[in-house]
Amino acid sequence: MDRIEHSVIDSLLQALQSRGYVTIGPTARNGAIVCDEIHSASDLPIGITDEQSPATYRLKSGNNHLSFGYVLSPVSWKRFLVPPVLTLFKAVKTSDGFRITNETSAPDTPPQPRKLAFIGVRPCDLQALTLLDKVFLGDRYTDPYYKAQREQLFLIVVNCTKAGGTCFCGSMGTGPTAKAGYDIALTEMDRKEGAFFLIDSGSEKGAEVMRELDRRKAAPEEILAADEASVRTRASMGRTLETDHLKEILADNPEHPRWDVVAGRCLTCANCTMVCPTCFCSTVEDVTDLTGKNVERVRKWDSCFTMDFSYIHGGSVRATPKSRYRQWVTHKLSSWVDQYGDFGCVGCGRCITWCPVGIDITEEACAIRENHQTVLPHP
Amino acid sequence: MNTLTVEHPMIPKPYRVQSLRQETLDTFTVELSSINGTSELPFNPGQFNMLYMVGIGEIPISISGNPDEPRTLVHTTRSVGTVTKAMRKLRRGDVIGVRGPFGTNWPVDLVQGSDVVFVAGGIGLAPLRPAMYRVLSHREKFGKVVLLYGTRSPADILYRKELEHWRARFDLEVYVTVDRALRPWRGNVGVVTNLISKSPFDPMSAVAMVCGPEVMMRFTVLELQKRGLVNSSIYLSMERNMKCGIGLCGHCQFGPEFVCRDGPVFSYDRVKDLLAKWEI
Ligand SMILES: Cc1cc2nc3c(=O)[nH]c(=O)nc-3n(C[C@H](O)[C@H](O)[C@H](O)COP(=O)(O)OP(=O)(O)OC[C@H]3O[C@@H](n4cnc5c(N)ncnc54)[C@H](O)[C@@H]3O)c2cc1C
Ligand code: SF4
Ligand code: SF4
Ligand code: FES
Repeated sequence: MDRIEHSVIDSLLQALQSRGYVTIGPTARNGAIVCDEIHSASDLPIGITDEQSPATYRLKSGNNHLSFGYVLSPVSWKRFLVPPVLTLFKAVKTSDGFRITNETSAPDTPPQPRKLAFIGVRPCDLQALTLLDKVFLGDRYTDPYYKAQREQLFLIVVNCTKAGGTCFCGSMGTGPTAKAGYDIALTEMDRKEGAFFLIDSGSEKGAEVMRELDRRKAAPEEILAADEASVRTRASMGRTLETDHLKEILADNPEHPRWDVVAGRCLTCANCTMVCPTCFCSTVEDVTDLTGKNVERVRKWDSCFTMDFSYIHGGSVRATPKSRYRQWVTHKLSSWVDQYGDFGCVGCGRCITWCPVGIDITEEACAIRENHQTVLPHP
Repeated sequence: MNTLTVEHPMIPKPYRVQSLRQETLDTFTVELSSINGTSELPFNPGQFNMLYMVGIGEIPISISGNPDEPRTLVHTTRSVGTVTKAMRKLRRGDVIGVRGPFGTNWPVDLVQGSDVVFVAGGIGLAPLRPAMYRVLSHREKFGKVVLLYGTRSPADILYRKELEHWRARFDLEVYVTVDRALRPWRGNVGVVTNLISKSPFDPMSAVAMVCGPEVMMRFTVLELQKRGLVNSSIYLSMERNMKCGIGLCGHCQFGPEFVCRDGPVFSYDRVKDLLAKWEI
């Protein structure tokens, strides 16, 4: 574990840029932290913190000088690997059918996979990428766009030293400190005399970049302080989700009365699925130009909260809001485990913050657990 | 160029329409072949393809042809909406897109030595037909073979000539029933599940393959169980909305199952708990 000064972040960005990476990081824009291209450390949201609670998100100019003093951006990293709109192919209609061309150029189609360095991935979001890997890099079918983009990523994690108002990564075992899966991990340490970072590499690629930086060995008390910050962060998290037997409980209780109660509040607006870093569902559409001859086949983010999502001739399989909310939560916290061996929720809290009516997945899961009808094995 | 350059599993291959035959008022069969006319698309009975009509959409349709003739892709489709209505207007020589074959198959090869009962409702006969072909081309390897088929009315009966031909065979029992009929119809009237109790198969050895609307399949299972079939001897083909066919779009989820990848053919054992719940 080494220590770098705050000013070294610029060298870090330059080291990545000189290797051909486009550096993507947090920046404050229109009242929110977004993830976009950053050129230098001054693009980071210095001194800005975020306040999050159910249905509330607000930026504040903090009285600190931290670059990563906010907790979590509403924008997750999935959009770089699974673009909200992706052109699958282009075709022209011919007299007998169609021909795939991929020739016309539309300026607004997403870019090709390219070398991207993510600066400031939170530990929960790092786990979200691991979960998406299992979805899109499966042994039977892989998504070639995802694969090509994933192989060109450089991941810089910034561990959390402060819990957000809706976080529960501690319950999901994903944070507040990342264990593996990154190229470089940073921990930003707040000191009166000026913030600094602890830095560690998690891959050969990361070590190679790190060697270029002006750094010194971290003092034992600095490492201890980071460990303490991690423990404090976990302890201060306002939410917990009891995961013991949760998979079985959710699968076995589709008629629990609580589903009706939450359905009475849910607007089925799909906000939760859009902000969730692991929701991966998509639909496909043909977009035709005015001549009707040129067709673009696009894949778009979709949500299990829409009626169309489960439509088959004769009606939707999940016609009621109850069944759609239930599908979402049951997928995240139950069937995901069957499908991919892990929960589909990383505890980032975004769905709680961005739900317009403040529905809280931890509260709902907890309510189903009370009075559930599942026979649990004795410990 | 701003489009994907890598080969994407969502990009269809062009296939040419060889023929289009009207089966009933709302159902038609298309035969497709590769553009060069000779490439083969091997498939297993029960699998489906994603058929793409440019500018309109892409839908899952089961393969209903003979698995021993993989040069011709046969699809029998009922026109119900946007894509299927456009498909009905296809003509010989037209080109459509095909991705596939996808999904699991009927367990034909696993059940040699057993009696085989096919239970089809409506368009559900189409996905079962390749399994029929397979069984009939190795007829000596199976016990009794029974086909129970129900449609709404006599006019909705699919593959009529073929059914008559099959019914004339001595090594095959074919029973057809319709929900309602006017006078010229001399056959059975009533739902297909009524045929199960009387049909000549040995419940101890029989394997049932069932395809039709979900309610019909639920009732069929009950009747088969009454006859003594065990859950692991009953197979169903499930239907869910599908946008990719390859386990990536999430649409076809049925509890933990991706119907496109883990199905569409499931043993009843595997899905019985899910079928007991609503709106899953
Ligand atoms: C594995 C599988 C095999 C099938 N095999 C056959 C077959 O052999 N013959 C046949 O006639 N039909 C079959 N179907 C049903 C067929 O896919 C639908 O009838 C078709 O999608 C309707 O499309 P549409 O655009 O004409 O209808 P619309 O009602 O306009 O539907 C709009 C969209 O909803 C979706 N959709 C609607 N109905 C269904 C449905 N039943 N299943 C899945 N998605 C649906 C499609 O994405 C469709 O484009 C099969 C379905 C599945 C899942
Ligand atoms: S379900 Fe909610 S808390 Fe869990 S990963 Fe998705 S957005 Fe975050
Ligand atoms: S839970 Fe909240 S965010 Fe999600 S669909 Fe319902 S109202 Fe929208
Ligand atoms: S159809 Fe896309 S996941 Fe099954």
